[in-house]
Amino acid sequence: MLEIKNLHVSIGDRKILEGLSLSVKAGEVAAIMGPNGTGKSTLAYVLAGREGYEVTEGEALLDGENILGLEPHQRAARGLFLAFQYPVEIPGVATMTFLKAALNAQRRARGEGEAPTPDLMKRVRAAAKGLGVDSEILKRALNAGFSGGEKKRMEILQMALLAPRFAILDETDSGLDIDALRVVADGVNALRAKDRAFLVITHYQRLLNYIRPDTVHVMARGRIMRTGGPELALELEKNGYRDYVGEAA
Amino acid sequence: MSVQAIETQTPAEAALARSFAAMQDKGAAELRRAAWAAFSRKGLPNRRVEAWHYTDLRAALRVVAPLGDAPTQASPVLEKSRAVRLVVLDGFFRPDLSDLAALPDGVAAQSLRETLAGADADVLAALAPSGLGGDDAVVALNAALMQDGVVVRIAPGLHVARPLELAILTSGGPAHGACTRSLIVAGDGSKACVIERSKALAPSGAQENHALVFAVGSNCEIEHVARIAPQGDDAIRVYSLLLALAGNSDFKSFGLIEGGGLVRRQIFARFESEDSRVAFDGVSLLRARHHADITLFIDHASARCVSRERFRTILDGEATGVFQGKVVVRPGAQKTDGAMQSKALLLSEGAAMNSKPELEIFADDVVCGHGATCGRLDADQLFYLEARGLPRREAEGLLIEGFANEAIDNVSDEAAREEFSAALRAWLAARENNQ
Amino acid sequence: MAARQETVARVASIDVDAYKYGFFTDIEAEKAPKGLNEDIVRFISAKKNEPQWLTDWRLGAYRRWLTMAEPNWAKVDYPPIDYQDLHYYAAPKSTPGPTSLADVDPELLRTYEKLGIPLREQEILAGVETRRVAVDAVFDSVSVATTFKAELARAGVIFCPISEAVREHPELVRKYLGSVVPVTDNFFATLNSAVFSDGSFVYVPPGVRCPMELSTYFRINERNTGQFERTLIIADAGSYVSYLEGCTAPRRDENQLHAAVVELVALDDAEIKYSTVQNWYPGDSAGKGGVFNFVTKRGDCRGRNSHISWTQVETGSAITWKYPSCILRGDGSQGEFYSIAVSNGRQQVDSGTKMLHLGKNTRSRIISKGIAAGRSQNTYRGLVSAHRKASGARNFTNCDSLLIGSQCGAHTVPYIESKNASAVFEHEATTSKISEDQLFYCMQRGLSEEEATALIVNGFVREVLQKLPMEFAVEAQKLIAISLEGSVG
Repeated sequence: MLEIKNLHVSIGDRKILEGLSLSVKAGEVAAIMGPNGTGKSTLAYVLAGREGYEVTEGEALLDGENILGLEPHQRAARGLFLAFQYPVEIPGVATMTFLKAALNAQRRARGEGEAPTPDLMKRVRAAAKGLGVDSEILKRALNAGFSGGEKKRMEILQMALLAPRFAILDETDSGLDIDALRVVADGVNALRAKDRAFLVITHYQRLLNYIRPDTVHVMARGRIMRTGGPELALELEKNGYRDYVGEAA
Repeated sequence: MSVQAIETQTPAEAALARSFAAMQDKGAAELRRAAWAAFSRKGLPNRRVEAWHYTDLRAALRVVAPLGDAPTQASPVLEKSRAVRLVVLDGFFRPDLSDLAALPDGVAAQSLRETLAGADADVLAALAPSGLGGDDAVVALNAALMQDGVVVRIAPGLHVARPLELAILTSGGPAHGACTRSLIVAGDGSKACVIERSKALAPSGAQENHALVFAVGSNCEIEHVARIAPQGDDAIRVYSLLLALAGNSDFKSFGLIEGGGLVRRQIFARFESEDSRVAFDGVSLLRARHHADITLFIDHASARCVSRERFRTILDGEATGVFQGKVVVRPGAQKTDGAMQSKALLLSEGAAMNSKPELEIFADDVVCGHGATCGRLDADQLFYLEARGLPRREAEGLLIEGFANEAIDNVSDEAAREEFSAALRAWLAARENNQ
Repeated sequence: MAARQETVARVASIDVDAYKYGFFTDIEAEKAPKGLNEDIVRFISAKKNEPQWLTDWRLGAYRRWLTMAEPNWAKVDYPPIDYQDLHYYAAPKSTPGPTSLADVDPELLRTYEKLGIPLREQEILAGVETRRVAVDAVFDSVSVATTFKAELARAGVIFCPISEAVREHPELVRKYLGSVVPVTDNFFATLNSAVFSDGSFVYVPPGVRCPMELSTYFRINERNTGQFERTLIIADAGSYVSYLEGCTAPRRDENQLHAAVVELVALDDAEIKYSTVQNWYPGDSAGKGGVFNFVTKRGDCRGRNSHISWTQVETGSAITWKYPSCILRGDGSQGEFYSIAVSNGRQQVDSGTKMLHLGKNTRSRIISKGIAAGRSQNTYRGLVSAHRKASGARNFTNCDSLLIGSQCGAHTVPYIESKNASAVFEHEATTSKISEDQLFYCMQRGLSEEEATALIVNGFVREVLQKLPMEFAVEAQKLIAISLEGSVG
């Protein structure tokens, strides 16, 4: 489903990704683990199309199409979803208004026509209930003044609603207590399907106790250093990343 | 009685002096004379006057439009209003166009001219509250030249269910002037919503100087919403809101400015007694070469009062926005709580914004603050929306709406809030079409 | 609340007369006669053996000054100044000009000793290596000593009285003098241009990191004497210099006038850090006496990626009128202003900064902490502007004011002007008194109210204090405590 080939990315003069290759199949949950500052979030942002990164080499194919030249909203319409590590606060825009705008924009882009509002609100409320999100929050401005846990749940709620083909979860576990973590993981697990794939980016193994990955990739120095099954995560938990971070370490 | 001359008079000031000469016997002669004296000491405000630093009225006002001394014959057909409407057209109150019959019991409305003829000392005092806006040359000019207006009295304890609408209309045509002053006296314990709607039936280069005075009693709840519709590009308009607020009352005011030539909305508010709250909010939607100036003077003259101001300026084209807000806490006004915020969004290269939030504090047990930002749309917010599937233009539109909503959301009257949101969307759609 | 009343009572009894630098040095001085006219301007110029161009420059400024009016927009109130009732030149007789330390009058050395200013070049003190600071000491109208000149010269750094620079480095002085603060800039700067007496001159050549802190110490000693120093600092491409300035004056019943001009020029990639601890005599608690401090300080970030940083601790003077500013001309240049302004008694402070963004991607940061006590008035006044071409400009401003007692005033007057859509300006300001909750918390932990207040005030100004060189930070902290004596331990 997603095929990244020899991806090189820089910010200014600094090289962040240096020949990263990765493949995720439909139905697969792939985890990327790695030390801080190794380019995990850069990978997530580059796939989603954030400005400020220069792709100097390589490509990223979603269902066979290179998405790196597309606008962020075009990628979203093709089913790419990024759950942000730091969800952005948007004062003045009610959460419900935003959800409606996003869903309809994607539907329009896919030629599906807008969803009837009552229908949509029903779906949002149902999704909110499933994630233990207070429906009052839907009236508030998006993410503005939300707690860390509320923000992360809102990301998963959006994922549930937008039903992407390929979802990237960027450090979704950071800043969550154990109960919130479980709710978020349940939300992800409920969405697992054979025509959908996940790329779960995390620093700790903890999240992977709740979202069982099919494959685990170790990322360091801008590349995938090693690929294995779930057992690799446990090994990292025990030994840390020292085998991967630079020759000197 | 000779008319006092302004030193180094400009032709415009000379024309204003002639207007005053024609107006000085139209009731409230004392008040007019004192106001003219105050104006003529200062002349038209210009860059050197601190409160007018960013809006040089003397430079803008070259030729003064004449003021009519009687109502015009115009008899426009007005759309239906959900509110009880009082119409001031071309400077004069028009009972024939107003819904006087629909006024609820306990609400009285009278033209300013009639009121002045009665020369009730209390009304005169309420009409030009001493010290409130008195330093401002345009407020003084308004008192000297006022043609007419409406005086509304709301009986103590009355809760007015249907909003009152003050429609300040001009019929347009060749450059003309209008100078009105209206007064709303809210008796103790009353509750009301007042809609001020300023509109040109045919946009033109009008010169307008309108003052609206609120004398609000204790234990009141008053909401004021103003919509200042677009005017011709060479129009010059100043709207002054004067508020004298008694104790333990709530007053809030929202203003939407939709640009057109030069507009200044100035607010002078004073807490006459303790434990009251005010909220002033506003949105300015500017494009082309519009110039809009919001200037506030919030006088915490009493203890334990709360003031909140949230203003949003959205600038496109080569528009210029101005925000000046001065919060003064007088000696002894302890436990004052004041927070003021101005944010400006510059959507185009040619736009410019000037902000001057000001604190002047003479009491120590206070919590006061202000914030001012200006800049373009936030790149992180844009990316977040795009990553959720919104095309760039739509994402921008949603962010601009959200930006303005932060102020619009503070309007309590739901229909008014919806009207403002619709006006905002229309403005955005017009912007979209121009691109 | 009892604690508050107590604080207020203490503040009411604040003894501003505790100014410890208020002594007078009895030393014979040579003075110009009182008054100001073209002859006096020529007299000052002649005293300093100045070349004709500078005499003409001064005379031009004087003639311009005659046409100017004293500014009145600041929130300060003072009796009219009689400019003809002042001496415009005073110099200790024993010191004909800057000489070696050995030649300096011992009475002067003792004065500086008493002020805590080391006019020695010792490097090792009791076996402990201390950080070395080169000092230029200006006493009334002349520089009496400059330390470490030889060592600085080895690094190529010129640090000398400006009167000496006029003679020794005329090309530099002529090129830069008045290039940041034009002769016609404002009433006080123009007056200074006509009659400036002495001050420091610094030139750091390309690529040189100045090997030590440079410092000038200003002392007004003579009665009825205005002090008009002029400082000019040029950091050539890729150089760095940190400069400190301190000032005191004897306690006198009459007001003393101080109208200085400081010009900084930073060329490509150069950095200048300028720190001030201003402790002129503030007057007594009834508002008698004290220095009128009208100062024009401006830095020109002329080169690309240049950087000028102003840090000031203002505790003295009866009137402070001072706006150290940055012209961010070079693309990528950066300006900073960190300020602590403490006012007590009848002091009036109107101070702040201007950040003028002219170049692309220029950045500025303003942190201002005002503390008003007694019957003082403390105003922050600032301007941040972005011109049409200043794309990518950024400013962050934070102005906080703390009020101690109900008879003082704290005011904030920022002007924010943007003519560029890509410029992002953020301004925030707060005014409050010391939080009862914080006081109570500290006192519950055993601190007395004075200690608690001192602790909280220190916390309030900490962000700015940290910007000062360490020796100065300690001194400044003490000074703030003394200035607030009565309310702070």
